[in-house]
Amino acid sequence: MTEEQKSAARGTIGVALAGGALGLTAYGVYRQVRGQKAEEGHSPVASVEHGEGNKFIRLVTINKPAAELYRYWHDFTNLPRFMHHLESVEILGEGRSHWKAKAPLGQSVEWDATIINDVENELIAWQSEEGAQIANAGSVRFTPAPAGRGTEVKVTISYAPPAGQIGVAIAKTLGEEPSRQVADDLRRFKQLMETGELPTNDRQPQGSSPLLTPTGLLAEATSEPK
Amino acid sequence: MRALCWYGKDDVRVDTVPDPEIVNPRDAIVKITSTAICGSDLHLYDGYIPTMQKGDVLGHEFMGEIVETGRGVTNLKKGERVVVPFTISCGNCFFCQKELWSLCDNSNPNAWMVEKLYGASPSGLFGYSHMMGGYAGGQAEYVRVPFADVGPIKIPDGLADEQVLFLSDILPTAYQAAENGDIQPGDTVAIWGGGPVGQLTIKCAYLLGAERVIAIDQVPERLAMARNQGKAETIDFSQEDVIDRLKELTGGRGPDVCIDAVGLEAHGMAPDAILDRAKAALFLATDRPHALREAIQACRKGGVVSIPGVYGGLLDKVPFGAAFNKGLTFKMGQTHVQRYLQPLLEKIQGGELDAASIITHRLSLDEAPDAYKTFKARKDGCVKVVLKP
Ligand SMILES: NC(=O)c1ccc[n+]([C@@H]2O[C@H](COP(=O)([O-])OP(=O)(O)OC[C@H]3O[C@@H](n4cnc5c(N)ncnc54)[C@H](O)[C@@H]3O)[C@@H](O)[C@H]2O)c1
Ligand SMILES: [Zn+2]
Ligand SMILES: [Zn+2]
Repeated sequence: MTEEQKSAARGTIGVALAGGALGLTAYGVYRQVRGQKAEEGHSPVASVEHGEGNKFIRLVTINKPAAELYRYWHDFTNLPRFMHHLESVEILGEGRSHWKAKAPLGQSVEWDATIINDVENELIAWQSEEGAQIANAGSVRFTPAPAGRGTEVKVTISYAPPAGQIGVAIAKTLGEEPSRQVADDLRRFKQLMETGELPTNDRQPQGSSPLLTPTGLLAEATSEPK
Repeated sequence: MRALCWYGKDDVRVDTVPDPEIVNPRDAIVKITSTAICGSDLHLYDGYIPTMQKGDVLGHEFMGEIVETGRGVTNLKKGERVVVPFTISCGNCFFCQKELWSLCDNSNPNAWMVEKLYGASPSGLFGYSHMMGGYAGGQAEYVRVPFADVGPIKIPDGLADEQVLFLSDILPTAYQAAENGDIQPGDTVAIWGGGPVGQLTIKCAYLLGAERVIAIDQVPERLAMARNQGKAETIDFSQEDVIDRLKELTGGRGPDVCIDAVGLEAHGMAPDAILDRAKAALFLATDRPHALREAIQACRKGGVVSIPGVYGGLLDKVPFGAAFNKGLTFKMGQTHVQRYLQPLLEKIQGGELDAASIITHRLSLDEAPDAYKTFKARKDGCVKVVLKP
């Protein structure tokens, strides 16, 4: 199966994601990241109403030291390698970056983001800047797991449902399971960090290449013992 | 190339399909010289395993010659002969490093499918459904082997394909089944299923110190093989009550170790087995655990039930109360093949283990569809089929 087929099979398309994650209630994440320091009631992203965003938390344990994981993630240009709905991230300097994510119907969504917290080998948090089409924020925290079991990686992504015509289109396709994509992105991060590659069954030999419909795979899948 | 493809229940065909190619740095391409049909393939053939797609290439027991390697594979060279484990494992994750190879965290690209069912995903497998990775299998002329730098074992000159082919799956499976039984001196080991796995488990149980081995099946040729090759006592479940007979053979105690080498498609004469078939058809339960129920019921107090037989879904009427109140230990799972390759290769070389003797049918890959029929029907004394591409 190709990547496209897989995502179709899953019935979700993601725009965004994890880092690319669409947006967020920047405020929620902002508060979480900054702890008490955030000023109550004052959202750093004016266009996102407090309490209206979606928020996902996903965790994975990776058999590598926190420092190594932190270093890789900290270079945001690496993110599209495992966040498959990101097209690119460009570093603008001074903690700022420019993100480009695939959107439905061949479109793309772009925004600028700023790192709002950065603790070496422990934590990176970012959020979209004012004026982003889809306000979003994310953080990743690296905590050593007990007894040499590697590092627990916790990703929090939030975004505000986008407005406008493209927003509606995105929301529709996102509707299904955007948190699924965050989970997939995180799994790919683990695979890449632990094995150096992304396991795949792409370009495999198969008889009479079957056409996948969005639900075809699982329909076939769950078909009885016939 | 030519490859055996799955098209549905009782429908496999030899098709011309594209050759596999190197996709990832740690891949290798193997030109297959020998490949076998496994009892696990029958679960696919019978439509018991979900997430199969028409055209999927089957086969997970194979060996051959390296013809190409990715740039990350430095330990294998073109022309070297290898046996490939059916479990695909990265070697880097927590589980691989604990030698729990069949539980590899990273080798299943479709892990999300299994997570929905099981909560977490085991390793990817060759030719064994999309939820187990969707990897094309080795009943073919060529196969792509991911993580080839950690899986395949090199075969020294002087050993024939047939002597070592079963290192890919059923020999380590039989060995692990016996090892999981924690066999103590004086122990009686009862084995349900006289298929290839059961036959080899008899040999491994003796190797690990069993005093007596009792094999249970209903196919006359398989019972005969268990007696003649395996030196086991046998029970024909179509003729005798298995639990009564086991009691009789063990002074009323029951076997110390009970091994279910049948899995989810157990046949039975008893009402529970007939009910299972009806329920599976109606989706009230997915597996038919007749052999497992007997194993639990027969096992002596404090004994071990070891389960190499494959289960996929929900089991109905498993006597858990009996298991609990008799203080049984359960061990199960797909085999951690890589763990056993070297030690078992040495046992083959040293003449301690002869796995090839269970082969009854040698055919070409083109004859695979007929071979599946024969193996499924257990016709012509068929126990194990080896195919030559
Ligand atoms: N754990 C693993 O990694 C692993 C690896 C290989 C095979 N397996 C599984 O092991 C099992 C056996 O494999 P095989 O190749 O020997 O298959 P097989 O189908 O050739 O053998 C199964 C045998 O069980 C017998 N049987 C059926 N119902 C029975 C019952 N109620 N009591 C006693 N015997 C009964 C059948 O007559 C048959 O001879 C399968 O479930 C297979 O999927 C597991
Ligand atoms: Zn097998
Ligand atoms: Zn692994």
